[in-house]
Amino acid sequence: MNLSPLVALVGNPNAGKSALFNALTGARQKVGNYPGVTVERKSGRMALADGRPVELVDLPGTYSLDPASPDEAVTRDVLFGRQAGERLPSALLVVVDASNLDNHLRFTLQLIALGLPVVVALNMIDMAERDGLLIDTDALSRELGVPVIPTVAVRRRGIEDLRDALALLVGDGSGATLIRGGPPPEHDIVTLQRRARAIAIKATKQESVARRWSHVLDGVALHPVAGPILLATLLFVMFQGVFTWSEAPIAWIEQMFVALQDGITAALPAGFLRSLLVDGVIAGVGSVLGFLPLILILFFFILVLEASGYMVRAAFMMDRLMAGVGLSGRAFIPLLSSFACAIPGIMATRTIDDPKDRLTTILIAPLMTCSARLPVYAVIIAAFIPPRSVGPGIGLQGLVLFGLYVIGIVGAMLAALVFRRTIAKGESGGFMMELPKYQMPNWRDIAIGLMQRAWIFVRRAGTIIMGATVLLWALLSFPQAPEGVSQVRYSVAGRIADGLAVVLKPIGFNHEMSLAIIPAMAAREVAVSSLATVYSIEGGDDVQTERSLVGRLQGRWSLPTALAFLMWFVFAPQCLSTIAVIRRETNGWKWPLFSLAYLFGLAYLAAGITFWAATALGL
Amino acid sequence: MRLDELPLRRTATVSTVDWETLRPAEARRLRELGFDAGVTIEALHVGPIGRDPIACRVGRMTIALRRTMAAAIHVDVAALA
Repeated sequence: MNLSPLVALVGNPNAGKSALFNALTGARQKVGNYPGVTVERKSGRMALADGRPVELVDLPGTYSLDPASPDEAVTRDVLFGRQAGERLPSALLVVVDASNLDNHLRFTLQLIALGLPVVVALNMIDMAERDGLLIDTDALSRELGVPVIPTVAVRRRGIEDLRDALALLVGDGSGATLIRGGPPPEHDIVTLQRRARAIAIKATKQESVARRWSHVLDGVALHPVAGPILLATLLFVMFQGVFTWSEAPIAWIEQMFVALQDGITAALPAGFLRSLLVDGVIAGVGSVLGFLPLILILFFFILVLEASGYMVRAAFMMDRLMAGVGLSGRAFIPLLSSFACAIPGIMATRTIDDPKDRLTTILIAPLMTCSARLPVYAVIIAAFIPPRSVGPGIGLQGLVLFGLYVIGIVGAMLAALVFRRTIAKGESGGFMMELPKYQMPNWRDIAIGLMQRAWIFVRRAGTIIMGATVLLWALLSFPQAPEGVSQVRYSVAGRIADGLAVVLKPIGFNHEMSLAIIPAMAAREVAVSSLATVYSIEGGDDVQTERSLVGRLQGRWSLPTALAFLMWFVFAPQCLSTIAVIRRETNGWKWPLFSLAYLFGLAYLAAGITFWAATALGL
Repeated sequence: MRLDELPLRRTATVSTVDWETLRPAEARRLRELGFDAGVTIEALHVGPIGRDPIACRVGRMTIALRRTMAAAIHVDVAALA
């Protein structure tokens, strides 16, 4: 195999590494995983000044070679040439923040000591100048003994110079070796820091006091009163945007899939293949891809907030609240995203360094009320909760919906408290992080980030989710029912429902409900359409609108049963995609299976208690 | 004076850090972020609940840390000019 030489991009967090990576590789990126760990491997191809291709790998940002998280351990192991699935880099491209030299140079000194060829990108030089810092690049290069190139990655300045400098250093990729051939001796951080500071002072030609925009902005963003108000406003706008802007595209996607189903129905004769394609594959993948607009809009907000530097401020303000249940401020964003959909929420837990904090966050994320629960809540509330006013401007229906959100949050917090004392035992990882300067996001970087998120989601919809929906389809379609017998009841799923009904009867569920929650394993909102199907078949008419479903439910369910069904959906992990993401993010079956068990357990208990209490109260 | 007692917007110098009261990983990260005897420090912002965490300027960086950790950092307030 003829591999091109590998160049590793390495540096402190907040040095602008990702922006530089995007500027050097463009959209030609590959996102994968290092074997055996849930650490993302981001790589891309770039051409050196002389035209030779090299592979550039973006290593996780770290402050030193002593790792504090699995991500940072990967960085160290790649640099020591002992990371599985990675070859030793032929050269290092070290990114430093020009306005934070004394801190970033310490890590640079450690990296240079490794003995691999090094180029330093003196990044965000424009912001340093705005801060009143003038840096002598030549002096810095002399002191460090390696080439130093000033860059502004987000504006694509200095990129060609970097290609030139790397071309001089990168060999043919065959002879990469560590000079010392192993990890360097334990460096004393304090000694290195003093040397770094001395070099930074020598290289700084001029330092004048300039107006620091970040401090001015933080005066508002972190103000004890204005800060939380601003945060609440931003979150409000974000959620409004997520739900209102996604409405139209979701409708388009649904129409597209309906058209596709109609086309296939017209083109193929009725039978096994048509049913598999229309009711299995297209219905399943369509119901999942329908969430893509919502997920993209949510990620757009998250990426913008992250790139601008605000996200860390949000974590700062929420830290104390999260500390109450043993989590840190970093868990706030993933949990918040989970209100739209647990899938991006769980994917966003990668920013949490502490493995126990991260695991706890992953396990409680499915308890946040995601958008897929809303169709279920809407139908049941419309059918059973009278539209009465319980106070000025407060309707009973809205109050119940709000209550369901609160129950989810309280349940999540209690679960976190328990987990931090049992399965994720140990001291909290604490909260210590750098507040980077505010920065105007680069839209190209945002677009690349969105594309990658979208691709991860679509790929999953195409594999795991499709497999699961086809399986559900098969369970519902076989064996073929004889004439005059309900296919749904006669099928394997119907028979499973018979068994389930025995278990679910004590908590007030009837046979139709047991049947409806089987296909709803694919996605919660499927419960609505499957209830509609079951009752329309039973009723002998084929009007399957939600309005008619509301009418049918009113006559058939008691209020305690309806309340128990609502409570079931607060807790039940009726979403195979979420389970699949938990498997992916925790790298094994242990935690997804645990999630299934504990969430179904909670759902059963909560629905049962609700049913028994409501029955006892004579509702 | 300890860092968690330092009034906002008052510049001080780190005199000592009780490294042994911190967990090794925390102590290392504090060092990596530039906390050390002799460094100039200024408390800039506090969180909205219980004035926790604290954001302070260390060198050219702004670092947020919890009050419990800040209690391990001793500072000398610069003489008022």
